[in-house]
Amino acid sequence: MDDTLYLVAFIALSAAATFLTRVTPFLFLSRHSEHPFVLHLGRYLPAAVMALLVVIFLLRSADWSAPLFGTDALLPSALVIALHLWRRNALLSILAGTLSYMVIQQW
Amino acid sequence: MTNPPSAFRLTLPVLFGYVPLGMAFGVLFTAQLDVSWWVAPLMAIAIFAGAAQILAVSLLAAHTDLLAVFIAILVLNSRHLFYGLSLLGRFSGAGWRKLYLIFGLTDETYSLLTSRSRGPDRAAELKTDFRITLYNQSYWVIGCFLGAWFGSTVTFNTTGIEFTLVALFIVLAIEQYKVLKQALPLWIGAASAGLSVTLLPPAHQLIGAIVLVTLALLVNYRISQHGSTSREGADHG
Repeated sequence: MDDTLYLVAFIALSAAATFLTRVTPFLFLSRHSEHPFVLHLGRYLPAAVMALLVVIFLLRSADWSAPLFGTDALLPSALVIALHLWRRNALLSILAGTLSYMVIQQW
Repeated sequence: MTNPPSAFRLTLPVLFGYVPLGMAFGVLFTAQLDVSWWVAPLMAIAIFAGAAQILAVSLLAAHTDLLAVFIAILVLNSRHLFYGLSLLGRFSGAGWRKLYLIFGLTDETYSLLTSRSRGPDRAAELKTDFRITLYNQSYWVIGCFLGAWFGSTVTFNTTGIEFTLVALFIVLAIEQYKVLKQALPLWIGAASAGLSVTLLPPAHQLIGAIVLVTLALLVNYRISQHGSTSREGADHG
C-alpha cells in the first residue's frame, strides 16, 4: 500500500477505535452494562492488557544474549517500578526510566 | 453565582501532565518515524489518547497490518468503555456538545468531570464540562506539537527513546493494580504475552496475546460463574 494512504488509514482507524471505546456505552445504553461478563471484563481486562503490553515490549527492548541477560532493560524497568511505588508521579517514573535506558543503550 | 473554581483552574494539573507527556510523544514520533513532524499534533487532534498514540508510533514503525492496529487500539483503550457507563445520565441534554464530551473522555478528563462539585444549573455545568475537555485537549495538542517540532529541529542521539512505551505501560499496570488490589489479571496478561511471543512471529504477537488474554478472562469468568451458579449448569457441556 502507498505510504501516505497507509498513514491516513492508520490515523483514521486509530481515531475510530479510540472513539468507539468511548462512545459504545452511550450507544448500547445501560442494558448490556449489567451483564456479568461485561462487568468482569471491565474489571480485569485493563490490568491484564497493561501487563501484556509490558511483557511484549519489554521482551523486545532487552538484549537477552550472554553478557547482559536482559539487564539493559530490566534495570530501567525496576527503576520505573521503584520510583512509581515510591512517588506515584507518572511523568517522573517514565522520564527516569527512559533516560536510564537511553544512557545504557548509548554507552 | 460562579464561586467554584473556573474550568481553567480545574484543568491546571492536567496542563502539567499533558504538556510534558505530549512532548515525549512528539519527540518519540520524530525520532522513530520518517513522517512529517506535524502529523504528531494532527494525531493529538484526531485521536486524543496518550497510550494509544505512543503505541501507534511503534505500530507505524513496524508497518503493522491495519486490522491488527484497529484491534490493538480498541483493546488498549478498552478501559474507556467503562468510563462512559458512569456518565450516561450526566451527558444527556448536552446537545451538540455531547459528541465532543464523549470524544474527549480520556482518563484525566474522566477523573476531573466525575470528581468536581456541580451546581444546580445543568446547562451551565455541561458547558463547563465541555470547556474542561477542550482545555485538556489543547494542552495535549500543544505538548505533541512542541515535542514533534523540537524533535525535528534539534538533533540528538535518540537511541533508546522507545523505552517510553515500556515505562508508560509499567506505570499504567501499577495504577491498575492499585485499583484492583489483585495480581491475578496481571499474571493472566503477562502469561498470555509470554505464550504469544513464544509461539508467534513478531508481527502477530500483539494480536495473538490480545486474543489469548480475552479467552483466558472468559475461562476465568466461567470458573467464577460456575462457582456461584452451578445449579443453572446445563448451558456449558
